[in-house]
Amino acid sequence: MHKGFIRGISAVLIGLWSAMLFSETEGVFDEYRAMLGDDNPAIFVIFDGEEIWFTPAGPKSASLEQCDLGLGPGVVEGAYAQLPRYFADVDRVQDVEARLEHCMTQLQGLTPAEVHGKPYSLRGDLGTELEALVAWIADQSSGLAIAPMQAHAKERATYELGERLFYYRAGPHDFSCATCHEQGGRRIRLQTLPNLTTYQGAAEAYSSWPAYRISQGIVRTMGWRMRDCMRQQRMPELVMGSEATVALQTYLAVNGAGAPMAAPGLKR
Amino acid sequence: MQLLAFILFSTAVYANEAYNVLLDSMKDKNFVTLERLKQDELQEFCSQPRSASLDEVRAAKLREAAFKGVPIPTGERYLGDWQLGEKVASNGRGLQYSDDPEQENGGNCYACHQLDPNEVAYGNLGPSLSGYGARGQSVAMLQYTWTKLWNTHAYNVCSHMPRFGAAGILTEKQLQDVMAFLFDPNSPVNRSQP
Ligand code: HEC
Ligand code: HEC
Repeated sequence: MHKGFIRGISAVLIGLWSAMLFSETEGVFDEYRAMLGDDNPAIFVIFDGEEIWFTPAGPKSASLEQCDLGLGPGVVEGAYAQLPRYFADVDRVQDVEARLEHCMTQLQGLTPAEVHGKPYSLRGDLGTELEALVAWIADQSSGLAIAPMQAHAKERATYELGERLFYYRAGPHDFSCATCHEQGGRRIRLQTLPNLTTYQGAAEAYSSWPAYRISQGIVRTMGWRMRDCMRQQRMPELVMGSEATVALQTYLAVNGAGAPMAAPGLKR
Repeated sequence: MQLLAFILFSTAVYANEAYNVLLDSMKDKNFVTLERLKQDELQEFCSQPRSASLDEVRAAKLREAAFKGVPIPTGERYLGDWQLGEKVASNGRGLQYSDDPEQENGGNCYACHQLDPNEVAYGNLGPSLSGYGARGQSVAMLQYTWTKLWNTHAYNVCSHMPRFGAAGILTEKQLQDVMAFLFDPNSPVNRSQP
């Protein structure tokens, strides 16, 4: 029942947003956010995510209820805030997306190719199941401190790898993440760039993803954010759940550790 | 001797780990291939935090190599058409897998610099270049700016500005036009009142 409603709302929001873009000032977004008040359209996506979690799917016709996100099978509350973390059953550090892929292949019998077919929406899409699941799972950690696990040696090595990737310069423009995210008070055109090497910058950024993107009318995940910044960096496509995306997210999560999760956030 | 070999080897492995991980974590998309993950010597040298102290001997060598590689523009013509240059400066497209490879690349100067003071959508990763033409058009000034745009590392190794000429992002012609946008007294960079 609520699906048509969501779509209606999204269309109105996107229309409003494009009208407001004409004035091209920083204040527009704040005004817009004030207008929405506490209403984040992501709420509908969260409902969808919860429904998808409990719905049997795949060749094995199983739900994700037995999926272990790190706190035991089926425990979703608080799990997102402790990711990425080491999982003994796969002997790797995983983010929420890599873990969901694991559960979808193991529990539901989907193939990796099926999970990777279209994890993130393209512009104009109405959202993918993965995005909805991540929105719901993150919401179940809302208000809890960012506390990625750093107990296992592989977890610490993943952080160090993330830091090295953050400074890795390559491609025709010689960009690294640090080019755009290593200083405070900077922007590209009108977009403010957080300093992700500091607690404050990393905390604000990490706690607010996944996020509802007003300009696109969909929820985007942190995995998508990593992929899209790599695109801006003139790099090839970053694979969902890959070692590099997990390492970068670990770097951000550890830098921002202690701050309360506030996702899904609301972005321009 | 063996120890030295071991140290050299292990630093190389250390640097390569990031490369290998990226190679496993990415895939070709449209015209953008995994080839882009390879670092040249300069990129590898500059993959450290800004606060890290650089090996001055290597830095000087890289700076010199960058400097030597900068060609003099054809006919020693440093300045092209500022109006075309303005378009290059505003255009942020080019070389992302989402871009059309048939279209000309942009210089995306506004992403990082203020230029025409009437343009509000400018970034500040680099300094403001508004009024740049006031520095005059001496040969030294033209050569400095040309070199800076062709390969910024000739002056500031590990600068975060792209190597527009050396990396083939912009053509010689586009760079001459951008130069005119910076220097021409009639260009909005030098004429406009905010
Ligand atoms: C060329 C500049 C550029 C590079 C390089 C870059 N980013 Fe970004 N990044 C941006 C911009 C611009 C935004 C804001 C986008 C927006 O407002 O829509 C952003 C946003 C982000 C955010 C979200 C911040 C928030 O508070 O919502 C994160 C996290 C991030 N980038 C991480 C990275 C990482 C990790 C890398 C390296 C893989 C990287 N970025 C490389 C330009 C860049
Ligand atoms: C990713 C950001 C970035 C982009 C894009 C960029 N620059 Fe820069 N630029 C910088 C930074 C940072 C500096 C200062 C550090 C340095 O000198 O290397 C700089 C310095 C300069 C300088 C030297 C300023 C001085 O006072 O001597 C000039 C000239 C310049 N840029 C022109 C351009 C032009 C023209 C373009 C577009 C074709 C451009 N830049 C695009 C980041 C950028």
